[in-house]
Amino acid sequence: MGSPMKIRASVKDGVTEIKVLMGHEMETGQRKDANGAVIPAWFINEVTAKLDGKTVMQAQWGPSISKNPYLAFKVKGGKAGDKVSVTWVDNKGDTRTDEAAAT
Amino acid sequence: MTQRLMERRQILTFLGTLAAAGFVLPKMAFANWDKVAFEAKTMDEALKALGAGTPATSGDVQIVASDIAENGAVVPIQAISKLPNTERIAILVDKNPSMLAASFDLTPETIPEVTARIKMGQTSNVVVLVKADGKFYAASKEIKVTLGGCGG
Repeated sequence: MGSPMKIRASVKDGVTEIKVLMGHEMETGQRKDANGAVIPAWFINEVTAKLDGKTVMQAQWGPSISKNPYLAFKVKGGKAGDKVSVTWVDNKGDTRTDEAAAT
Repeated sequence: MTQRLMERRQILTFLGTLAAAGFVLPKMAFANWDKVAFEAKTMDEALKALGAGTPATSGDVQIVASDIAENGAVVPIQAISKLPNTERIAILVDKNPSMLAASFDLTPETIPEVTARIKMGQTSNVVVLVKADGKFYAASKEIKVTLGGCGG
């Protein structure tokens, strides 16, 4: 399930800027716990972003992305009120989708 | 890769084949995670897995980031492509155990620049790879890391 993403989308001069802050441990699988056992890799590996129902970006991520990933990008077009939806899937098969309206 | 993940991958591939045949619509139509590229052990291997071979260095691929990262766990990187028909932008970190950090597939509507935060284990070259018009271009920037970010 994960924790809710913060999505901000603002339209200016014909461009929609989308900023997302996701909550995820993004464990690399390189760390060991206090007993010396490896903490298993646990990270978002797929991200899909849609604007007004159309996919505008798909990303594949590895464990080198920071914990609580931040992502920003821009899309041509879009208008206030358009729905922005972001979905992530992690390597354990967990997934989460959050939405926001562009302003 | 655990047995369960292998099965999920097989199921997704199977559903994808069904979808292509017009039967079942998978909930997420998405290319399988590029395991070979993400688990490459050298930069050359990662580039090869991405189909990039030896990308041409291009001034139209830009990396906006501080020269020095105070905290290797969170290094903001803005990767920009000025090349027309940019289809894909990837960020790689030369000295990370997992050097491919991210690969972004863009649509014609997406402006070819992305900002992300990456982990850097140590001072390293960060490479931004761009696929535009079917060809690959790259730029590289050294970022010094004062406190490594891969967890030690």
